[in-house]
Amino acid sequence: MSEKAAAASKSFFTPFNVVAGIIVIIGLILTALRFTGGLAAVTNLSDYNPWGIWIGFDLLVGVALAAGGYVTSAAVYLFGMKRYHSAVRAAILTGFLGYALVVLALHYDVGRPWRLPYPFIIQQGTTSVLFEVAACVALYLTVLFLEFSPAALEWLGMEKLRNLITKLTLVLTIFGVILSTLHQSSLGALFLIAPSKLHPLWYSPYLPVFFFVTSVIAGLSMVIFESTLSHRYFGDKMDEDHIREKDQIALGFGKAASYVLAGYFAIKVIGVSAGNHWHFLGTSYGLWFLVELFGFVALPCFLYAVGVRDKNLRLIRWTAVIAVLGIILNRFNVCLIAFNWHLPSSERYFPHWMEIGISVFVVTIGVILYRFIVTRMPILYEHPEYTDAH
Amino acid sequence: MDGIFYTLQEFMTYTESVTYILIVAILLGMLGFWIFLVERDEN
Repeated sequence: MSEKAAAASKSFFTPFNVVAGIIVIIGLILTALRFTGGLAAVTNLSDYNPWGIWIGFDLLVGVALAAGGYVTSAAVYLFGMKRYHSAVRAAILTGFLGYALVVLALHYDVGRPWRLPYPFIIQQGTTSVLFEVAACVALYLTVLFLEFSPAALEWLGMEKLRNLITKLTLVLTIFGVILSTLHQSSLGALFLIAPSKLHPLWYSPYLPVFFFVTSVIAGLSMVIFESTLSHRYFGDKMDEDHIREKDQIALGFGKAASYVLAGYFAIKVIGVSAGNHWHFLGTSYGLWFLVELFGFVALPCFLYAVGVRDKNLRLIRWTAVIAVLGIILNRFNVCLIAFNWHLPSSERYFPHWMEIGISVFVVTIGVILYRFIVTRMPILYEHPEYTDAH
Repeated sequence: MDGIFYTLQEFMTYTESVTYILIVAILLGMLGFWIFLVERDEN
């Protein structure tokens, strides 16, 4: 083997590639088991618990954490905050990959992928909240693809098409905000049908509002979190604008996230008050509710505020991690932990290891795709032929 | 009240009263929190 071939072989077998490769191989085997053996072969789902972590994590958390796309593009293109412009492409890419993987993961839960277009062309369930979610996700994935495409077209050298799509930026941003408002809230509205199954501390007529507001928090926090990781692992890809603006992005988004978290804390308390559910706070579920409310809403709200006041970027970045974990915890609570709370423990749902394996597989595909795109396309830097083109 | 409501009217009167008081407190709190958040901002 020549030295060149040996070096290429060595560079391919990096720790990341080896771990990702193993996860992908296991994921493909689990995929084969799922689509040949059915849900029972790989999940602990039952008639009592038809929605497991493929819905609770892959879909509900995935959609919430992909909200950075509409939050950032609305801030820059609708509210004119051009100082955050360098965050747009990375946020759009994260959103696009997030939604694409949500659709992928949904196939595992729903099955029969060839029937995906049925709700639109065979039997329109227009009175169903799920239909509205499906329609919005399908349309918004298209919008995100178009919003992301200029980066890919610059990479491919297709200037005319890139310029045409760039002219649609404002319209696409408005579509994105409308569609996100609709389906982020509708995911919460899905649980309005089950007031007797969801614990009263989490059930509220305001669930759609809670889900929408938390998606804004998730979007802002994910942009800070993702920007931190990008700077750490792809710092060599960033141009001067990105490096200069990243601190401004953390401070601005941290301030916004702090205030939205304060508002969310307030409406959660109003939710308890409107249902007169104060007496539940003394129970074990009440303590868990308080852990979520104070540990993952009030605490990040306060830490963001202190970080912004003291210009402490390290604190803001760690707080973004707490906020993201808080969103994950909230979706798990609504979909899994506080759901079917009346059932005896023997009937409660705990995910099968193969369900967790599929979720890890889906997230790993997202990381691989993000890495592939960021190392090739102008996401963290401006293409030299299109500087000052927007 | 001891948490016992005999009619929807009683329930709504009680919960709405508490909620309206909370909303006033929250609005004042949000104003104070905004000042706390931005008081060190440069012009």
